[in-house]
Amino acid sequence: MHPEKTTSYDRLTRNIVLTVITVSLAPLILVGGVIFDQFRSIYSEKVYSHLSEVVDKHTTHIDAFLGDKLHEIQYLNTAYSYEQLISGDFLTKTLRGMQLQYGRIFVDLGVIDEDGRQVAYAGPYDLLGADYSEADWYRESRGRDASVSDVFEGLRQSPHFIITINNVTGGKPWTLRATVDFLSFSHMVENIRIGETGFAYILNDGGVFQTKPHEDLGSKLVLTPGETILFAEAQKGVTIRHSHGSDNETYVTVSSPLNGGKWKLVYQQNVTDAFSDMARTEYVVLVIFALGGMGIVAMAVFVARKLVSRCRAMDRESEFMNRQMVETGKLAAIGELAAGIAHEINNPVAIMIEEAGWVSDLMKDEAPPMPSRGEVDRALNQVVTQGRRCKDITHKLLSFARQTDPRVTQVSLPELVREVVELSMQRARYGHVDFSLDMDPTLPTVAASMSELQQVFLNLVNNSIQAMEADGGTLTITCGREGNEAVVVVADTGPGIPAANLGRIFDPFFTTKPVGKGSGLGLSICFGIIHQMGGDIEVESTVGEGTRFTVRLPFPPPVDQQARQQEMHHD
Amino acid sequence: MTDATILIVDDEVGFVETMAKRLEKRNMAVLQAFNGDQAMQRLADNPGVQVVILDMKMPGKDGLVVLQEIKDAYPLVEVIMLTGHATVPSAVEGMQFGAFDYLMKPCSFEDLNKKILEAVALKQEHDGEAVEARVSEIAQRMG
Repeated sequence: MHPEKTTSYDRLTRNIVLTVITVSLAPLILVGGVIFDQFRSIYSEKVYSHLSEVVDKHTTHIDAFLGDKLHEIQYLNTAYSYEQLISGDFLTKTLRGMQLQYGRIFVDLGVIDEDGRQVAYAGPYDLLGADYSEADWYRESRGRDASVSDVFEGLRQSPHFIITINNVTGGKPWTLRATVDFLSFSHMVENIRIGETGFAYILNDGGVFQTKPHEDLGSKLVLTPGETILFAEAQKGVTIRHSHGSDNETYVTVSSPLNGGKWKLVYQQNVTDAFSDMARTEYVVLVIFALGGMGIVAMAVFVARKLVSRCRAMDRESEFMNRQMVETGKLAAIGELAAGIAHEINNPVAIMIEEAGWVSDLMKDEAPPMPSRGEVDRALNQVVTQGRRCKDITHKLLSFARQTDPRVTQVSLPELVREVVELSMQRARYGHVDFSLDMDPTLPTVAASMSELQQVFLNLVNNSIQAMEADGGTLTITCGREGNEAVVVVADTGPGIPAANLGRIFDPFFTTKPVGKGSGLGLSICFGIIHQMGGDIEVESTVGEGTRFTVRLPFPPPVDQQARQQEMHHD
Repeated sequence: MTDATILIVDDEVGFVETMAKRLEKRNMAVLQAFNGDQAMQRLADNPGVQVVILDMKMPGKDGLVVLQEIKDAYPLVEVIMLTGHATVPSAVEGMQFGAFDYLMKPCSFEDLNKKILEAVALKQEHDGEAVEARVSEIAQRMG
């Protein structure tokens, strides 16, 4: 192959590969991208909606809890008078009753007079007579009917918060207070846990934790508020924002006001964690996409290579075919030329012979006796004899030049084989090949094209001689009859044909000869000719011992044969 | 009296002349023509021609055409075709048009001589038949 041709094949391969990849991957990427984007936004919305719903529900829940507790204390406040509340162990009884009713949510109860002194108390601590006038929650609750304090540690050194109800009896203000167990309250919030990093806590408006944040996650993390996420299904009052944590992670925080705006329920979760399902799906999709893409690329390369190599083989074949056509054309032209020349030579040769004849005529009748008469006669005879030889040669040349003569005549196989052997004799001598002929002289003629049969046997004989040329050998040709068939066997003692090639030797263009030496057409043409005549050609070969070609030709039906023989005689 | 009167038609002048000399030496009257038209002319001028030796391949009129013209105009004249090997099929065709025989170039002089004498004999036979036919015709008319 020429180098530029090779690169053109490479370019073709590359173009096919690129086209296939582009055409198949582009829509995939486009569709994938759109679906990916859609999936992302829908999934995010779903996650946000879920989170905001959770937070909203809990806010409502906690608000309801606080409201309940407040109502319960308010009930005490309205149902009983100041005197009743501070008298004896009324509070203790009430507390016990409430604890029986609601569980140990209320830790203690107390009544505070206008000076901030606790005048009645029921609970586990010794707080009767405690002075709260300076306590934050007390001061804050002044001037309001009811309030819920922030969580603080206070005198008892454990987190709690206090519900206070203010009342006025006989112009003197007093306060009923109840401490709510922090733990049972805190549980409500701490139970909100989603994924690995999602948890909730409550902040007051000063940003102080009202519930214990998760030990591992929340306590030391400082969040810088980032963008606020807005979406259609957001509950009222719920804000969602992305924040950057001090640990370089992005967190999603969902918050909702609580306790009449004093507190805020905050839910926080690592974004990666919140969207882990989406990330996993995306990962799977990407893996599939990558594998699919690789498959497409590999397939494109494979198919393109295969296609181009097929293309190349076809090109090569057609190139070969073209060359073959040129060769065949050349051969035909040479044949025609030979025929023309032979024909033209006949005329001068005829004149030469006639002139020689004329001279010998004259010599016979008129020449005076002369000493060299015998020599002159001999010379004239020689001219005639050599002229006849020329005629023989031109006639032979003509019969072989007209190779395309397909006219069917009656052919005597032994005669034909002898002619072929005579033609190949010279070559055989150079190759030290001996002929051994065994002809059945009584063999009837077969109906065939003379020149085509000549071609077949010339081919077989030439092949055999060529096979034996290296070391010499014997070429045995037998001509005989088997039933209704004429059988010609051409057997050589050459190197033989390997079994692998034996099945292919009649294939067109199959040749073992070096490039340019053989066309690979000879035997396939023989095959075609013999089969067209209704005959058969077979080959047997043993490596190292030789090869045998057997040609079988049917005899024509007897009646037909007679008719043809008559015709031939007439010719 | 000559043995035969012959017309040789061939475009090869040397061949025709030598052949003529040799045949004349064998007591034959030989006329020469180098193409088809000349041949027809000679035949018209010499009604005594018995045998025509006609080459198949000539420039101008082809041997086959000339043969047909001769057979049309002088059905009793015998024609021997001369052919190169390549034109044997057309010579065979010529036999179908009524040629006496064909010879392949270069032909042996003895063969040609023999064929001519055969052809002359045949011609004379035909002539005799023709004369007899005429005689019997006349006899019938008289009778």
